[in-house]
Amino acid sequence: MIISVASGKGGTGKTLVTTNMAASIGEVELVDCDVEEPNSYLFFPDREEETSFDCNVAIPAIDEDKCTRCGRCSEFCAYNALAVFPKQVLLFKELCHGCGGCNLVCPEGAITEGSRPIGKIFRARSGDVRLLWGELNLGEPMATPLIRSVKAEATGDLVLIDSPPGTACPVIEAVRGSDFCLLVTEPTPFGLYDLSIAVQVVREMEIPCGVVVNRSGIGDRGVYDYCKKEKIPILLEIPMKRRIAELYSRGILFSREMTEWQEKFAGLLGEVEEAIR
Amino acid sequence: MKQLVVISGKGGTGKTTMTASLASLAEGVAVVADCDVDAPDLHLILKPEILETFDFLGLQTARIDPEKCAECGECEKACRFDAIHDFRVDPRGCEGCKVCTIVCPSDAVTMVDSVSGHAYVSKTRFGTMVHADLFPGEEASGKLVTMVRELAIKVAEREKKDLVLIDGSPGIGCPVIASITGTDIALVMTEPTISGAHDLERILGVAKHFGVEPLVVVNKYDLNLDMTEEIDRLCHELGVDLAGKLPFDPGVVEAMISGKTLVEVKGPVGDAIRSVWDRIETKL
Repeated sequence: MIISVASGKGGTGKTLVTTNMAASIGEVELVDCDVEEPNSYLFFPDREEETSFDCNVAIPAIDEDKCTRCGRCSEFCAYNALAVFPKQVLLFKELCHGCGGCNLVCPEGAITEGSRPIGKIFRARSGDVRLLWGELNLGEPMATPLIRSVKAEATGDLVLIDSPPGTACPVIEAVRGSDFCLLVTEPTPFGLYDLSIAVQVVREMEIPCGVVVNRSGIGDRGVYDYCKKEKIPILLEIPMKRRIAELYSRGILFSREMTEWQEKFAGLLGEVEEAIR
Repeated sequence: MKQLVVISGKGGTGKTTMTASLASLAEGVAVVADCDVDAPDLHLILKPEILETFDFLGLQTARIDPEKCAECGECEKACRFDAIHDFRVDPRGCEGCKVCTIVCPSDAVTMVDSVSGHAYVSKTRFGTMVHADLFPGEEASGKLVTMVRELAIKVAEREKKDLVLIDGSPGIGCPVIASITGTDIALVMTEPTISGAHDLERILGVAKHFGVEPLVVVNKYDLNLDMTEEIDRLCHELGVDLAGKLPFDPGVVEAMISGKTLVEVKGPVGDAIRSVWDRIETKL
């Protein structure tokens, strides 16, 4: 079973929910797909690192001797990643999506496939929690190929995915294929607006979803009214408590200090299993 | 004309709240651009009245004509994005590379344009604002960010404004890079948490990579004074200016609910933002 945790708005508590839930439900694989800013592993300081390796994407390698500067490759490239000059071909590697098209259209067989790293993938373990995360290299624009690679490494029976914020392509890649999506929000106008976009996304992908309201007690009733109207279950509420915020700020799982929460997070898993059935 | 972008690395650290407040302080001198196109919230505070609407054409996507398709499967084999299954294109996975159009022996695949969102030029109580919405789940948010910025620059030139004030998105990827490239100052919001500090370090690396001067603001600094001190130390080590610290204040959410900026309501956070603005003005 794959459960993804997403949000629309950033900073609503995706990582808070994913990490505390992971620590409360026994054997689980926690996959951090927020590869631009992966943080979930920070909450497991006792982790034992197992492996790490580069994530590579395809780029063209051009044989300048065979190349006749005909320009077919740059004409074909949908991403403007190739520019052909009288004396050489320039590759803007950050723009390349690695589709392999230039290779196919080159009439001289001058293009072969090379690769370059865009980030790293890490594996670690902390007790029952297997940690898997990706970290995008600074200055790299494209997170989706790395997210795809990180997910391909996941092997657990029970997988929790920490998604990036927003509602664009990296989120789609992260939640694609999930059995259920937990949407974490806060009861404020910003939280509500971004939640409503996120709900449209997961509904279009035909993934069942439920809401976790974080920092409940602040804000207004907008999120609750919306969930009622849209018939989206609110599966858990985490109150606005200074202690929870302080523990989070120090990188401590609050469910380990406020142990009654372990049961609540285990209950959250139960609710999700029930909803899927 | 100068360009100031508000970014963060970590989400939810107060970019939009900060941008809205700066917009009210920069009333009459700035054009505001909401470049957080896949979670745009600035409009909830600035309440724009739309004057002009533009279609945003995102990436083209492939479409297979079932009449012509011989079901040979060549396209599925060639697709690097796992976007073709059972002789149908999943537009969510398609990145518009066109490889399927050239490997198809039956000429059954064509590329189609799709409107993936809209960009708007609007009037607000503080001046002109350019903003956008990306249809949920669409790609090419970086391209839409660029469109919003180009529109904002055009408007600023037309209105003879000295500043474009940009609300960025969280992270370090394509929309962020599209928001900060070519700006003069990046105001980096962070919070005193282990995640905030970790993400700050990464986004400062990105700002450096693109040659943009960063100014750091710690939001809710009193939530963890030790961590705030650590961020202070990090900024000092990296030679980055810590431009301000905003206290935790429940009044921030109340202001958001009433659709007001923190400058328009009285409180400690508004005062702190005023001094951040003074700091920005001397830099500009």
